[in-house]
Amino acid sequence: MRNTFIARNPSVLVFLAILAVFTIAVTLLSHAYGTGGLSTSFVKTLGKTLCLCLVAIAMDLVWGYCGILSLGHFAFFALGGYAIGMWLMYARTELIVTQSLANAPIPPTEQEVVDAIGSQIFGVVGSSDFPAVWVFAHSFWLQALMVIAAPGLLALIFGWLAFRSRVTGVYLSILTQAMTLALSLYLFQNESGLRGNNGLSGLQNLPGVQAGQDEISVWFLWGSALALGLGYVLAAWVVSGKFGSVVRGIRDDEARVRFLGYSVEGYKLFVFTLTAIIAGIAGALYYPQAGIINPGEMAPIASIYLAVWVAIGGRGRLYGAVIGAAFVSLVSTWFTSGQVPPLNLGVYTVDWVDWWLVLLGVSFVLVTLFAPKGIGGLIDLITDRVTPDRHGADYGPDKGALQEGEGRR
Amino acid sequence: MSALLEVSGVSVTFDGFRAINNLSFEIGPAELRAIIGPNGAGKTTFMDIVTGKTKPDEGRVFWGEASRNLLKLSEARIAQEGIGRKFQRPTVFEDQTVRDNLMMAVKNKRSPFPVLFWKPKFRDNARVEELASEIGLADALSRKSGELSHGQKQWLEIGMLLAQEPRLLLVDEPAAGMTLAEREHTTDLLKEAAKTRAVVVVEHDMEFVRRLDCKVTVLHEGSVLAEGTLDHVTKNQQVIDVYLGR
Repeated sequence: MRNTFIARNPSVLVFLAILAVFTIAVTLLSHAYGTGGLSTSFVKTLGKTLCLCLVAIAMDLVWGYCGILSLGHFAFFALGGYAIGMWLMYARTELIVTQSLANAPIPPTEQEVVDAIGSQIFGVVGSSDFPAVWVFAHSFWLQALMVIAAPGLLALIFGWLAFRSRVTGVYLSILTQAMTLALSLYLFQNESGLRGNNGLSGLQNLPGVQAGQDEISVWFLWGSALALGLGYVLAAWVVSGKFGSVVRGIRDDEARVRFLGYSVEGYKLFVFTLTAIIAGIAGALYYPQAGIINPGEMAPIASIYLAVWVAIGGRGRLYGAVIGAAFVSLVSTWFTSGQVPPLNLGVYTVDWVDWWLVLLGVSFVLVTLFAPKGIGGLIDLITDRVTPDRHGADYGPDKGALQEGEGRR
Repeated sequence: MSALLEVSGVSVTFDGFRAINNLSFEIGPAELRAIIGPNGAGKTTFMDIVTGKTKPDEGRVFWGEASRNLLKLSEARIAQEGIGRKFQRPTVFEDQTVRDNLMMAVKNKRSPFPVLFWKPKFRDNARVEELASEIGLADALSRKSGELSHGQKQWLEIGMLLAQEPRLLLVDEPAAGMTLAEREHTTDLLKEAAKTRAVVVVEHDMEFVRRLDCKVTVLHEGSVLAEGTLDHVTKNQQVIDVYLGR
């Protein structure tokens, strides 16, 4: 069975091979395990990029394959980050507090330690009590479970309400965006119990680990690469069989799928929840590399970027999502970090830090208009994939249906 | 004879327009029936009600030996109960191969988890190939269905309908856009299917209905105007006035 899966999806092997080569190359160029050709901060950028590729795969599953243009998947990504961040902060503060109290004449009681951790973490928002959401923060395993459970449950409840009411197309996109905005605004409040606009910080320090950031950055790169590889295989498997047929059918013509006896709502809910969980895992690996998370991370614009990456990379093909996320986010880092020389037009000097977003917007419009297959379409030049001639007809009546230019013969 | 499907006293109104008006209809477990009627007679709305797409304002729809109330079920549940529908325009999944289209339709478990872990068994592959040769697409199994001709898409959809093994087939204008030879083939397929199950064919084309050689129900303004053999209903003065005389 394994053989037939690989045979039907040759891109999986190619992808895994490229990912492995990339990971080994970065390791050999890192400060900790190699020549030191790459700075530790760049290794972190690459590790974070792998996480963004993983969340892009989730987006491609839900949008490119199932036709649900969700503008909420970055919220799930950030929720995963918050979940692991709570444990990181708690455990690290606990170590510091225990150390400083160790020299006290009377050994501190357990309650005193917890109180001291609380005032360390929440002093910044003028409080010292642990809110109810921190109940699992002392345990890595429980909090790791929350990485999956928090986005998963939110997606399950939200999706159940939305899909059951048969909200589709642009209305569903607006609804997911509203959910993201509401969540972000809620977390901005100090009362939310997650330190308001300060967010969680110091996440790059792993509690109880003596190694420096040089090593940790490479470990996270490995972890992110592993997660991306597994996520890719999982996604490829999900869309390869009959389940994939049904899901693509829902994208193109959901009424027809219903009359075949498949409950469209159940399938949408499944895909929505599964991709939310993948997004949560990606976020849990991303934010320890970023070091800080705050509610600004889940602003609606982030989820829109996610859709832009997938569109630029090529919707409805998994490697397209990966290419789009990697390419756009790396180029974005390059432009916004001020490394690109300004363009002197004589009358006006284009400073790319300010103009990058305009460039990105224009590229998005151009890709949508002239290259619907995105960057992934370049792969077609070396494979024998041919664009069909359908005289402009989409592949189905639904809003998210595959367009002529995205198809293959 | 106990009816497989019994529609009784159904009415539905769209923004004040009465699309179906106190309609009653019955069909047995192995019967071929043609429904004819002018545009706007309520033929498509009738199918929408039976398949659960439209909920009627009043009336009841009963199904099977246990007389289940279909109005309480979702479209997907109704399809699982054994009611298959073919739309007027051929609707197949154009981005997918003929094999994938048929495989999706073949009767098997329909909920997400069993489908996710499902592998085609020998029986499923054999069934797909058998259906493909029945609908003349045996050589086209690995082609994208979007590339098929209009008539081939119609057949593929009929094949998908048969793959579902429904007890009742609702077929909306199957002969539209077909050549003469394709029409004959379609007639044979429908007559063959009606030996073991109920088949309701909505059709405009009188020649096609004549070839089906079955009981005919004439709809007009949302209710049944006449019922009987084609010769019987075409002699009916009311039918001539509203439909044939035009």
